Amino acid sequence: MTPPTERPLTAMIDPAAGPPDCAAYERAGGWQATRRALGDLAPAEIIDMVTRSKLRGRGGAGFGTGQKWSFVPKEPAAERHKYLIANADEMEPGTFKDRLLLEGNPLQLIEGMILAAYGVQAGHGIIFLRGEYGLACSRLHHAIGEARQQGWLGENILGSGFGFDIHVHSSAGRYICGEETALLTALEGRRATPRSKPPFPQTGGLWGAPSVVNNVETLCNLPHIITNGPEWFAGLGLGEDGGTKIYGVSGRVAKPGAWELPIGTPLRQIIEEHAGGMRPGHQLRALLPGGASTAFLDATALDVAMDYGSVEKAGSRLGTGMAIILDDRTCPIGMIRNLEHFFAQESCGWCTPCRDGLPWVERLLDAIEDGSGQEEDMDQLARHARMLGAPGRTFCAHAPGAMAPLASGLKLFAADFAAHIQQRRCPHKSGA
Amino acid sequence: MLTAEAPLSTPVRAEILALAAQEPHPRGASVAALRLVQARLGWISTVHLREVADLLGMSVDDLDGIATYFNLLFRRPVGRHVVMLCDSVSCWIMGREPLCAHMCRTLGIRPGETTADNAITLLPTVCIGHCDHAPAMLVDGTLHGDVDTATLDRLIDTLRDTP
Repeated sequence: MTPPTERPLTAMIDPAAGPPDCAAYERAGGWQATRRALGDLAPAEIIDMVTRSKLRGRGGAGFGTGQKWSFVPKEPAAERHKYLIANADEMEPGTFKDRLLLEGNPLQLIEGMILAAYGVQAGHGIIFLRGEYGLACSRLHHAIGEARQQGWLGENILGSGFGFDIHVHSSAGRYICGEETALLTALEGRRATPRSKPPFPQTGGLWGAPSVVNNVETLCNLPHIITNGPEWFAGLGLGEDGGTKIYGVSGRVAKPGAWELPIGTPLRQIIEEHAGGMRPGHQLRALLPGGASTAFLDATALDVAMDYGSVEKAGSRLGTGMAIILDDRTCPIGMIRNLEHFFAQESCGWCTPCRDGLPWVERLLDAIEDGSGQEEDMDQLARHARMLGAPGRTFCAHAPGAMAPLASGLKLFAADFAAHIQQRRCPHKSGA
Repeated sequence: MLTAEAPLSTPVRAEILALAAQEPHPRGASVAALRLVQARLGWISTVHLREVADLLGMSVDDLDGIATYFNLLFRRPVGRHVVMLCDSVSCWIMGREPLCAHMCRTLGIRPGETTADNAITLLPTVCIGHCDHAPAMLVDGTLHGDVDTATLDRLIDTLRDTP
């Protein structure tokens, strides 16, 4: 057996060689977890192991995976129609970790889905894949076909009596589909508006059936937890959380990229060691630690450990763990305007504060960046940040997520906002 | 021959019905069916929208609500090639605005438009998950990274010469 490695998620990923086939996957330690689970473990034991591993959702919200599963009705898969859905609708700006996993080792996701499905006793699997991920789509179809042919998917897997198969749903491009209830609505062939909870998906999800929606990276951890044990997994993290995490950095750094590191690795280490620090002639001004919907942190926060609790204490969220760097030569107001354009465009339009508020914010930022902003625009922005930012005033977390970079940006870049309004131009644009 | 005005061919209709049969309710196949039509014809005409709605047992407006909801479904004709230049934050920081301006100048169109020779449609897209190689774009669905003006100039020449 392969000894536990510090980089379980990416150990088999070799972009030059392409993804492993079933045989190569098995030689490198794959399928052991499925043999063990279906041969020796009861579904409840899988849920217990995942709970003890301290695995939390890697899609952004960070909910405990074992806990999420614990709410699913316990009937065996053969007795009750249930769904296990992989959320592969990776659309958070600045985030490219799931694409790496989908393209690099699709069988790892398939095995993770088999294990999750066995744990919650779901017979029906769906991969909700964003429409833009064409290469991932063809590799998933190929891997599913091969796994089916070799008996890893289908009826009575390994003679266990448990049956499970996977369908790939290619979506057509809408950020809100990453929200789990909107994702279910989209699968039912409707405009992807989020649903009110309760009922929670675990009891009343897709077509009314119990459903679990887990992020791709979350699911890819499962084979390693079952093979090497929950204590091993929990021990991989540097702080409170278990496992490794795929971290990434984009922006004007020397070597943008993604790396699998122990969860809780300090932000400074990720940026300075792995991303090679800033490009010559650029200084780090601030950053979004985990995608577009996380609050800005400034350069004084670089020593924060990148785990759920520590980033929250620092005033932001771990989110997807993919940091976007703002350098000193890029206009922070221009950056926030770009972010709010995205959120305004991607609002599903269902509830009024989000549908009408986000375009208003975008227009105010347009005016300020273009030199026609007024003092009172700042009050209006602050009011939106307050009204839309608080949870509970909108149907889902889209608007609060959109307000995270704005509210933090209004504080961090107050002098930049003032300069734009006073000088009636963007000071970062030369010759204006 | 398949055209935007002619009815869908019998095999395409059969494929749509097969997709619908796999779902607990036919409407579950709506995105897959619309994608299928677009893959064959480049876009979804009103004639075809009506036909798909009929096959799925949905009202035309109901299905149009879906067709107009998703960024990758086109309800207007596009050129022979579709270039989608990412306009999200990492690509913006890495200079996608000047690239977009360069492309518009070279092609004589604005984002959302198609060149007069029908060769290229230029569209913005949200983050395509290639941020470590920003600026990034999708050309007929294929991912390109570290895009600069030289890449764009070569690309435009190639696309104009490709049917």
